[in-house]
Amino acid sequence: MRSGHTVPTLTPVMIAVWAAFATVPLWIEHVGLYQYLGVEVLIFATYALAYNLVLGHSGLPSFGHGAFFGLGAYGFGLAQLNLVPDLWFCLGAAVATASAGGTLVAAFISHRRGIYYSLLTIAFGQVFWFIAIKWHTVTGGEDGLLKIERLPVQLGVATVDLSHNVSLFYFVLAIFVVVSLLLWRLVHSPFGRILRAIKQNETRARFVGYDVWRYKAAVLILSAGLSGLAGGLFAMAQASAFPDVMSLHYSGYIVMMTLVGGGLVTFWGPVLGAIVFLLARDVIGAFTTGWMLWFGMLFVALVIYKPEGLGGMFLRPARTKRPEAT
Amino acid sequence: MALFEAHELHLRFGDRVVLEDISLSFEVGRLSGIMGPNGAGKTTCFNVLTGRYRPDRGRVVFDGADITGRSPQAISRLGIARSFQLMNLFDEFTAFENVAIALPETRRRGADPIGQAYRDSALVGEAHEILVNVGLGDRAGQIAKSLPYGERRALEIAVALASRPKLLFLDEPTAGLGSDGRARLADLVRKLKGAVTLVVIEHDMEFLFSLADVISVIHWGQVIAQGSPADLRANPWVRNSNLGKLA
Repeated sequence: MRSGHTVPTLTPVMIAVWAAFATVPLWIEHVGLYQYLGVEVLIFATYALAYNLVLGHSGLPSFGHGAFFGLGAYGFGLAQLNLVPDLWFCLGAAVATASAGGTLVAAFISHRRGIYYSLLTIAFGQVFWFIAIKWHTVTGGEDGLLKIERLPVQLGVATVDLSHNVSLFYFVLAIFVVVSLLLWRLVHSPFGRILRAIKQNETRARFVGYDVWRYKAAVLILSAGLSGLAGGLFAMAQASAFPDVMSLHYSGYIVMMTLVGGGLVTFWGPVLGAIVFLLARDVIGAFTTGWMLWFGMLFVALVIYKPEGLGGMFLRPARTKRPEAT
Repeated sequence: MALFEAHELHLRFGDRVVLEDISLSFEVGRLSGIMGPNGAGKTTCFNVLTGRYRPDRGRVVFDGADITGRSPQAISRLGIARSFQLMNLFDEFTAFENVAIALPETRRRGADPIGQAYRDSALVGEAHEILVNVGLGDRAGQIAKSLPYGERRALEIAVALASRPKLLFLDEPTAGLGSDGRARLADLVRKLKGAVTLVVIEHDMEFLFSLADVISVIHWGQVIAQGSPADLRANPWVRNSNLGKLA
């Protein structure tokens, strides 16, 4: 009878999200959009889920996450151009580069929280961005890394070419499925619940025996690695890697996607946020170059009237009762 | 044998001496009380004993080992738990999860990022048992924030008990409770007595005098009197103070 303490691995919402994405290439051109947008949405949805591990689940306001996304993009590009042009190897390099960056940052900031944490992540984000711009010999400076190829997927017996946006879409979807499944398991695992506890009350977590520093460091490294994976996919999709994804701007976008979508209250919120953000960019952007003005106003309105974000609208009313008098 | 000893603790914040030469010892199985007026340094003393602050001088010894200056998490793992004067819960968690997260089994599995957190029926059972123990058996599924004040107090103690402490520090467990709530909490503390060594800071003298085996009075950062409740009733300082009127 003591049920309700375990969470199913597969949920109806999860399968619906995956299935809905799987149909995208069938209709996206019929509604006046284009296949590449689907790829972009999935990459940013993966990135936003990885980011929300830090922001929503652990309450760590990282505002420099673009650095990890960018490190992944450069890691992918450099591994391909200088080492081995193999897809799995290059994606591994993307994850490794971003995780290494995450480790370095985590070592310096994991004893902080709140605004100090934010400021330090901004500072580190700027450092990485600046290095990407200035270290011409490696990163190509502001010109970026060009001629990154969409490597074929080697699956032992078969090889799948990804040069088409539709095949790339399904490849990215496969990665999204794996990442979202792993993150879903993670947030309900001991590690994930402990992060939740630390988010609510760091002091109490410490006094029940948790080494809070380690958990905060671990989650940042993990989130950085997965953001790097998304960055690697992005480099492949774009066939290039540029420093601008590491800028404060881009780091802000991922925060906006996550918050607008409702990452603070729902697991799938960041995915919704990524969809809304990129659609707004293209749809409002078709009418005005100042689309960010309108999106920004939506953001402000949400923060004022629906701080839980769009995802919060789908939730049942909060489960809490009013405290009774004692 | 004393389970826990503090030797000549000194602590200052800036130019203000908060603890001056505090020596305390707590015996196994006893309930030791700490009393004293507001601002006397009782909570600060707890904070030093449980690792929140590092003393400027002095030693803290638990179970024969010097634990001075160790981190709160290290001290907690040795078997010292505490509750807080101001409520300190995982507010968004249910009562069940507040306790379950504090169980050593959950902590031991802390590096597992894939498995279900509360699948193990022994763990779930133990969390429920602790809740029943503190009188919250039917509140398991309630969000901590939404519990009435007195029950939050009890949950505070449940979370501390979850780490299966050898020594439990309770910082003003009855703070903010009405007389009913106090009576219920006194029952709970009485029940815990014997099962775990207790150290209780309390303002409510009736509460302390009826439960404690030995009481230390702290004032101006010093231990000014120590003894059984009967000894203290005879103590001139206690008699002359407000505290003595109740005793």
